[in-house]
Amino acid sequence: MLDDVLYLAQQTINALQQGSIYALIALGYTMVYGVLTMINFAHGDLFMLGAFACMLLAGLLMPIMASFPPILIFIVILLLVMLIIGVLGASIERVAYRPLRNAPRVSAIITALGCGLLIESLTLVIFPYSKSMPSLFTNTTFELFKMPHPDAAGASVTLTITALQIIIICVSLTLMVALDFLIRKTRYGMAMRAISFDSRTVPLMGIPVDRIISMTFLIGAGLGGAAGMLYGLAYPVIAPSMGILVGWKAFIAAVVGGIGSIRGAVLGGFILGAVEVIAVVAFDSSYRDLISYSLLLVILIFKPYGLLGQPPNQKV
Amino acid sequence: MNSFLASVARNRGILPALVVIGFAIAVLSRYQPIFSGYTQIILITIGINIILCVSLNLVNGYMGEFSVGHAGFMSLGAYTSAVFTTKWLPDIPMLFPVAVIFGGVLAAIIGFLLALLSFKTRGDYLAIITLAFLMIVKSAWENIPYVGGPAGLLGVDKYTTLPWTFFWVVVTMLVIRNLVYSKFGRAILAIREDEIAANAMGVRIREAKILAFVVSSFFGGVAGALYAHLNFINPKYFDIVKSTEILVMVYLGGISSLGGSILGAVVFTVLFYQLESLGLGYWRMVILSSLLILLMLFRPRGIMGMKELPWFLPRRELDKRRQP
Repeated sequence: MLDDVLYLAQQTINALQQGSIYALIALGYTMVYGVLTMINFAHGDLFMLGAFACMLLAGLLMPIMASFPPILIFIVILLLVMLIIGVLGASIERVAYRPLRNAPRVSAIITALGCGLLIESLTLVIFPYSKSMPSLFTNTTFELFKMPHPDAAGASVTLTITALQIIIICVSLTLMVALDFLIRKTRYGMAMRAISFDSRTVPLMGIPVDRIISMTFLIGAGLGGAAGMLYGLAYPVIAPSMGILVGWKAFIAAVVGGIGSIRGAVLGGFILGAVEVIAVVAFDSSYRDLISYSLLLVILIFKPYGLLGQPPNQKV
Repeated sequence: MNSFLASVARNRGILPALVVIGFAIAVLSRYQPIFSGYTQIILITIGINIILCVSLNLVNGYMGEFSVGHAGFMSLGAYTSAVFTTKWLPDIPMLFPVAVIFGGVLAAIIGFLLALLSFKTRGDYLAIITLAFLMIVKSAWENIPYVGGPAGLLGVDKYTTLPWTFFWVVVTMLVIRNLVYSKFGRAILAIREDEIAANAMGVRIREAKILAFVVSSFFGGVAGALYAHLNFINPKYFDIVKSTEILVMVYLGGISSLGGSILGAVVFTVLFYQLESLGLGYWRMVILSSLLILLMLFRPRGIMGMKELPWFLPRRELDKRRQP
């Protein structure tokens, strides 16, 4: 009985780790959709670049900063990755999306798809084979609970959490809380909410729309980059194709939660993490995609605008 | 010279003549070594890509929706027809057309269901639904041992020949061209311009959308069936990258243009193979995606966007254009 509870708790920790990464990526999709009502199909590839940036920075900084404590190296690399990927995301917006802001919406979506493909194929040219991520710190495993196995004598059932899992969950939650504060309490956040509410009136109120949109891309892409780094540390074999594999699933999380809604993205991320862990435990890992994408379709049938999303007010 | 070209472009007798000549060459190439094996493969691939491109243009160009699931319909057609010719009624080359139609029909049925589903939502959500559809189909093939699972279906007979490909290209062009310039075609165009206004004017939006979807997915399935009997099938082939390739063709050639779709498919396929033979295989997707971005920035409707080759226009449209 107790060992079942332990098993459940162990899987919950796994689901939290997976879910927090999905939630971080989903935030980038949902923020861009909120201000531009555009699906940023390149976001998954920015996530992938986050992992590669971390790998390169680790190779560069680890020898230089060898005397510093590992956690400091981790934080420096995290901030640098977020900055680099954020700037990259904002530049993509500046170069590729801004000229199309008044074009038909399909053009912007196609351009985003093209940008994502360009990033992925360029990365594939530079790194044709999958790379292994260096570990930034020794990944200690903490034993939270231990009991003798009920059936096999001598064996034991344990509940463990690794240092990496703690860091992933803590970093993600910190970033999410910071983002929520930024959007609800600051002038920037107010401007962002205003743009997503009515993008035509907002410039008349003297709000620099272009700058706010650039900032939104900077933050959204930065979060995606951080997620890429955390994902790379958790699953240390990184390849250019993970932008599509993981990024697009996070996109589902954003849609399930209600695209455009910040809290919805977080909720959707954790739901998707839980569903994936359940799918792997109950069926087989090869059914994971099938189940998570079917879930998306089912939710879209019953809640067309996601769990926390609101239907757009349609003007004729 | 220019006026000669213009008169050729306007002469409506040219197109049937071209079809007959093309078909004759295609049939002749079975018996005479007109094309090398490599050229034949490229020509057949161009044909398959034209079918894919024209059929996707119906939904993404003429109707103005954004579907990314065409590779999914392709895989449905490919797998059903291949199962038909390898497992159910193997080794009967005569039944190949039946297998192709069978593949197309199954893709059309799924396309019908997907169209019903798409009415639950609107706008960008069609992209999401078709994306989910694509992933589900691909994942399903990987989990069905009957069709080979992740390894794909092996031992499919190479029934796809140049005459068959040419035949299906002509059928696709004929059906979609006649559909586009029919009453339903005008409804589809009205949906692209303004769905709400079209609804208010009495256009039956649901019917038009379902029809466009079903026809588009049918020919997607046909193209998949042709592909299946040319190469081996692997579920990984029919992924989002394949869909994106078809999208590049459509938007490169031009939306709402049959001539543009042919142009897009030819340019894309030739470029694809040329870059490969130049040893630039890795750079291929870099070049194609940059092309797509530049195109969207500077010519968002594609090379022949909204313009049609006069050969494909019905007589009444031509007469309208001639009058100043």
